[in-house]
Amino acid sequence: MIIDLQRFIDKSRPAWMELESILKRVETDNRPMSVKEMERFHELYELTAADLAKLTTFSSEPETRNYLESLVARAYGEIHETRDKQRRIFPLKWLFQTLPQTFRRQIGAFYLSLAITLAGCVFGGFATYFDPDSRHVTMPFGLDSLRPSDRVKQEETRTVDLLAGNKSSFSAALMTNNIRVSITTLAFGATWGIGTILLLFYNGIILGAIAIDYIADGQAKFLLGWLMPHGVIEIPAILVAGQAGFVLALAFIGWGDRAVLKARLRQVSRDVVTLSIGFALMLIWAGFVESFLSQYHEPIIPYSAKIAFGTVELILLILFFARSGAGSKKS
Amino acid sequence: MKTSALLIRTPEGIVFAQSLAGPVTRFFAWVIDLMLIIAFLFGLNQLMSWVRLINPDIAASVSTAGFFVMNIGYGMFLEWMWRGQTIGKRVMRLRVVDADGLRLQFDQIVTRNLLRFLDMLPLMYVVGGVSCWLSRKCQRLGDIAANTIVIRIPQIAEPDLEHLLEGKFNSLRKYPHLAARLRQRVSPVEASTALQAVMRRDRFEPIARIELFRQLAAHFQAKVDFPPEATEGLTDEQCIRNVIDVIYSARS
Repeated sequence: MIIDLQRFIDKSRPAWMELESILKRVETDNRPMSVKEMERFHELYELTAADLAKLTTFSSEPETRNYLESLVARAYGEIHETRDKQRRIFPLKWLFQTLPQTFRRQIGAFYLSLAITLAGCVFGGFATYFDPDSRHVTMPFGLDSLRPSDRVKQEETRTVDLLAGNKSSFSAALMTNNIRVSITTLAFGATWGIGTILLLFYNGIILGAIAIDYIADGQAKFLLGWLMPHGVIEIPAILVAGQAGFVLALAFIGWGDRAVLKARLRQVSRDVVTLSIGFALMLIWAGFVESFLSQYHEPIIPYSAKIAFGTVELILLILFFARSGAGSKKS
Repeated sequence: MKTSALLIRTPEGIVFAQSLAGPVTRFFAWVIDLMLIIAFLFGLNQLMSWVRLINPDIAASVSTAGFFVMNIGYGMFLEWMWRGQTIGKRVMRLRVVDADGLRLQFDQIVTRNLLRFLDMLPLMYVVGGVSCWLSRKCQRLGDIAANTIVIRIPQIAEPDLEHLLEGKFNSLRKYPHLAARLRQRVSPVEASTALQAVMRRDRFEPIARIELFRQLAAHFQAKVDFPPEATEGLTDEQCIRNVIDVIYSARS
């Protein structure tokens, strides 16, 4: 049997047009529909779906079928979606509630990230302590070319501000580089976490090597004054990137979870994005602090002031992630 | 098994298909986007050359941040604003959609764009290309993580059958019982073949067109034996137009 295509189109066209106009509105307008509008929308969807079924069964006219398929596909997406429609963004609620709650919900992945970085630190520290030559391999940015005490002497006697007129560009470079590294750490979660582990471990090696190098040379105070103001935010930010990477990796692996891959990924994707925006914000702050504060040493800024600043930041960060949004509803 | 279309069955039992975009089309869309990003950055650089005269530090920082934000934010922003499309995808008629046919969410867009950093490795999207090639639904790693697919958007203009099905005198309609038999004997696929041949007539070479309509006319004439005067003086193409008119339009 073949349907009378022209009559079929003429008869059904008004419903298709109406559905198309509703879809256009739904897709562009964030205003929720009234019950009446929803009923009409659903009715039109069912009518059009039935027309598609009829056309597929009784005729093979591809243009009309494509048109109806596209309408039904769009309506299906709107009607069967059960996840919240992200209508409006509340930045403060997101910052003080969603982000810390997400962090705490995925705390296991953070501990894993921390443990791997600490393992890297121990390895880097041991390597530098027992084999000082290894600093040429483990230390980046030319830090291996000077003994810590020489560098401290150089920094404390410097009369020229090397960053004068370059502070903004230096902080922009730091932010973009750190965010890029962190996103890569996160993205490597898709390699079942292997890439994330390697990057975190490598990061830990650098940290451990630098720390032991300065401590062994009696420059612990300089080290704390230099690293703490930005490091107490930057290092946790990279750990959060690792945390997001592991959340993604665990969803890929699906350990002890009987849900299919896409259901597992769907479950964690909002958390991964929340953590990503979180670490990006932290790194923006760290970039500013590193450029405008961390690179200035005694006698310009006393180390104790820098250490105190870093300590305050660290306490606030811990309080933020541990307590913020604790009493409010899960978001 | 690799597939060129994703079939989605709704709870109402309706099946609809989404045509999947291949890696080559997606690559071209990416090249267009890349050109636009480069053009934007060139423009930004030109602008910053003026700012540099006033404050070189600010100019350098805006350039650095602009490059990074454009690189990472271009796809996220446009795919969010245009429901799964960037300019390159628009030109190539592609769209990112949820792999289950549901509404595309912001976190899906962000996830697929963040994982670009992995898909782009070691250069020119080799990881993403290989993943796309191996994946059944042609998904790069970012698409797998975000549960998205990239589809080709069909031209969804309504078919214009009016100019085909009305107007001229149809000699076959003088024999309603034979016309009814023709409708009964012709399958939807045969009817569609005839309709498509007429709708696409201008795309054929003249000799190929004559041969195609000759074969089609012979095929349909063999289905129902119309008296000679019904087809006398008709070209093969006009004969097929009359057949389509009989099949798709039930007016008497």
